[in-house]
Amino acid sequence: MSEKQFQTPNRSHDGCGCGCSCDNSNIDAILAKYNNDRGRLMDILIELQDSEGCVGEEAIAKIAEVFNMSRVDVVQTLSFYHFFSQKYRGKYTVYLNDSAVAEMMGRDEIAKAFEEEVGCKFGSVNEDGNIGLFSTSCIGMNDQEPSAIINQRVFTKLTKEKVAKIVKGMKNGDDVEDLIGTDVQSNILLQGPILTKDTELGDAIRKAISMSPEEVIEEVKQSNLRGRGGAGFPTALKWRFCRNADGEKHYVFCNADEGEPGTFKDRVILTERPQLLFAGMTIAGYAIGSDEGILYLRYEYKFMEAQLKEVLQQLRDKNLLGKNITGKEGFDFDIRIQFGGGAYVCGEESALLESAEGKRGEPRDRPPFPVVKGYMQQPTAVNNVETFCSVAKIMHKGAKWYRSLGTLDSTGSKLVSVSGDCQRPGIYEIEWGFTVQDVLNLVGAKDVQAVQVGGPSGKCIAPNEFNRKLAYEDLATGGSIIVINNDRDLLNDIVLNFLDFFIEESCGSCVPCRAMTVQYKRKIEKILAGKGVKKDIDQMLSWEKVMHMNRCGLGQSACNPVISTIQNFRELYNSKLQKEEYVSQFDLAAAIKESCETAGRIPNLGGNHE
Amino acid sequence: MSKPIVATTSLAGCFGCHMSLLDIDERILDLFDLVEFNKSPIDDIKTFTKECDIGIIEGGCCNSENVHVLQEFRKHCKTLVVIGECAIMGGLPAMRNNVAPISECLEEAYLNCVSVQANEEKIIPNDDELPMILDKVYPCHEVVKIDYFIPGCAPRADLIWNALVALVTGNEMELPYEVLKYD
Repeated sequence: MSEKQFQTPNRSHDGCGCGCSCDNSNIDAILAKYNNDRGRLMDILIELQDSEGCVGEEAIAKIAEVFNMSRVDVVQTLSFYHFFSQKYRGKYTVYLNDSAVAEMMGRDEIAKAFEEEVGCKFGSVNEDGNIGLFSTSCIGMNDQEPSAIINQRVFTKLTKEKVAKIVKGMKNGDDVEDLIGTDVQSNILLQGPILTKDTELGDAIRKAISMSPEEVIEEVKQSNLRGRGGAGFPTALKWRFCRNADGEKHYVFCNADEGEPGTFKDRVILTERPQLLFAGMTIAGYAIGSDEGILYLRYEYKFMEAQLKEVLQQLRDKNLLGKNITGKEGFDFDIRIQFGGGAYVCGEESALLESAEGKRGEPRDRPPFPVVKGYMQQPTAVNNVETFCSVAKIMHKGAKWYRSLGTLDSTGSKLVSVSGDCQRPGIYEIEWGFTVQDVLNLVGAKDVQAVQVGGPSGKCIAPNEFNRKLAYEDLATGGSIIVINNDRDLLNDIVLNFLDFFIEESCGSCVPCRAMTVQYKRKIEKILAGKGVKKDIDQMLSWEKVMHMNRCGLGQSACNPVISTIQNFRELYNSKLQKEEYVSQFDLAAAIKESCETAGRIPNLGGNHE
Repeated sequence: MSKPIVATTSLAGCFGCHMSLLDIDERILDLFDLVEFNKSPIDDIKTFTKECDIGIIEGGCCNSENVHVLQEFRKHCKTLVVIGECAIMGGLPAMRNNVAPISECLEEAYLNCVSVQANEEKIIPNDDELPMILDKVYPCHEVVKIDYFIPGCAPRADLIWNALVALVTGNEMELPYEVLKYD
């Protein structure tokens, strides 16, 4: 490429209603680019944010006018996503990851370094409006933390020295491309049947279209493949439902929102084996009778856009995408990329579809399920990146081969993303049935206190369970494994961080998810402050029932960091509890301080009230 | 057997819960057969003269006097029952918790509000006799241990009556739909 991939936009910033005034003069061009299509609101907001550093009032008014929506309808989508802002976020916007593992790897030091070098606090833009500092949830770089995104580009393994260099470059007005060298690593440390390159481009697709769509679904059924996003729904069944559903058009969606902290396998697949994924999506298109596939990719992975688009073009050039694929008359299929705007909940498939339609990423009520009424109310099959890759391999090498891998109920392999306290963090492709201890041995983990399997929404297990198997029938996982050694304060470093994550990422629709996550946090803080009693534990356990009434998986699992640590580390909790039945947190001296100062009186704690 | 002794008080509340208690109509005669009142606005006894069995609290804590009274109740009552939204969750007074810090609330009330006309010396009340205002309004259970919670704004008379009778007699409480609906 002759042009730099990451240029720093010339964000003008004098008068747009956000307190600044970017003229948003490119709004007409952007709207035209997307054919004034309301369904592409996400793309429009992304372009505005990236070019101007904010989405100003004028742009909002213009969008509302063109789409015949009210202003608040635009704002409710805009305000839902982390990476969009009505307030100017600087010519350079730094998003520093604040996930648990980032903090384990020294994120706080790096944050301090940024604040000192830039001269403003996180959550704000510096005085000359050049650099904004913001925190963000896990950006899928857990094996190379601390890391940050600056204007779409990812900087990993940050040190104070790197930060100084980066900030110097930003102050100098350099392109982000030139700040310091790019260094996102794939860290594939163990290849299994999916990652091994033994499939020629087009093999899987040709094999699939030599069969009837029904036969393809049957082959997938024979393989016993289950969804790799975490829920483990049988892929063939999903496709059959979708194929049989009536609609004007069927859609294939790839869920690459990968927001579960600690997961980064989709990033690695998209970097290293994108052809395999696109082949799987094409086969799905053939199987369900769809001609359009959409890769919903999280905004955090925007840095891959150019490379992925290049791969898609190569596939079109080879007639593996487009019209009459591989010469098969009537089989048309193409794929486009839809970016998100930063929201964990969009990993839930119905929220993902809402987001792809340009709305807030709030989960839908179900039924109807997406296979019946999905994207644009049409039948839609939403599958995980890894699921599609498995499909491509199954087509190429057969269901029988696939069934020979893994366990009876969990066939095939699983890419696990390992991070935290271990010598070799990275991607390991293992056959289902591996024990947690096997994984710990592979990654070189010693003195382990706990292992978080499946990210914050999963389970935190203690050494006495390390012999458990990774499999749908035992410990199911979407792929995140975080190793926590004995030096960590499990409640403070892990549980509190995870609760903050859920509080931040709750869409706010269901009350228990919105409110009880905060109550859980208060309880844990109370316990950490040495004021906890047994009743606090009992209450937290009893709230689990209410949490299960939330509409989506995020809300239902938002209490898991607490529940699973209480279950598996009860002694740790007990050691921090007071023996009394009740301990008051109330501090009269602290509570009256401010009012007495304001009124100019001396606090009297003697209590001569009567 | 001597009658159980009951004390009641209204902290940062509106006395609506006490009104609701009086709303038991002629059962008030039964009530006086059933229990003896000590510190309470009902008999106007100002300070505890006996150890009590049941303390009934209306309202949350918005100042140091509320805290003091609540702590006295905890000290002198075997069982503490909070009634009504304010005592349980802070209620209407707690609206200030999310609006502004207490300094701003006081300044608005005594200095800046358009209806402030005669405070030329710009005094925020600071006499030693006055209770000190807390930084926010606290529900009772954050200050002392509470045994029972009776929700409502105000809880209807039947609910208070049923709860009290159950507590005194040791029988199971009657909770028909009518006493638990809040519209």
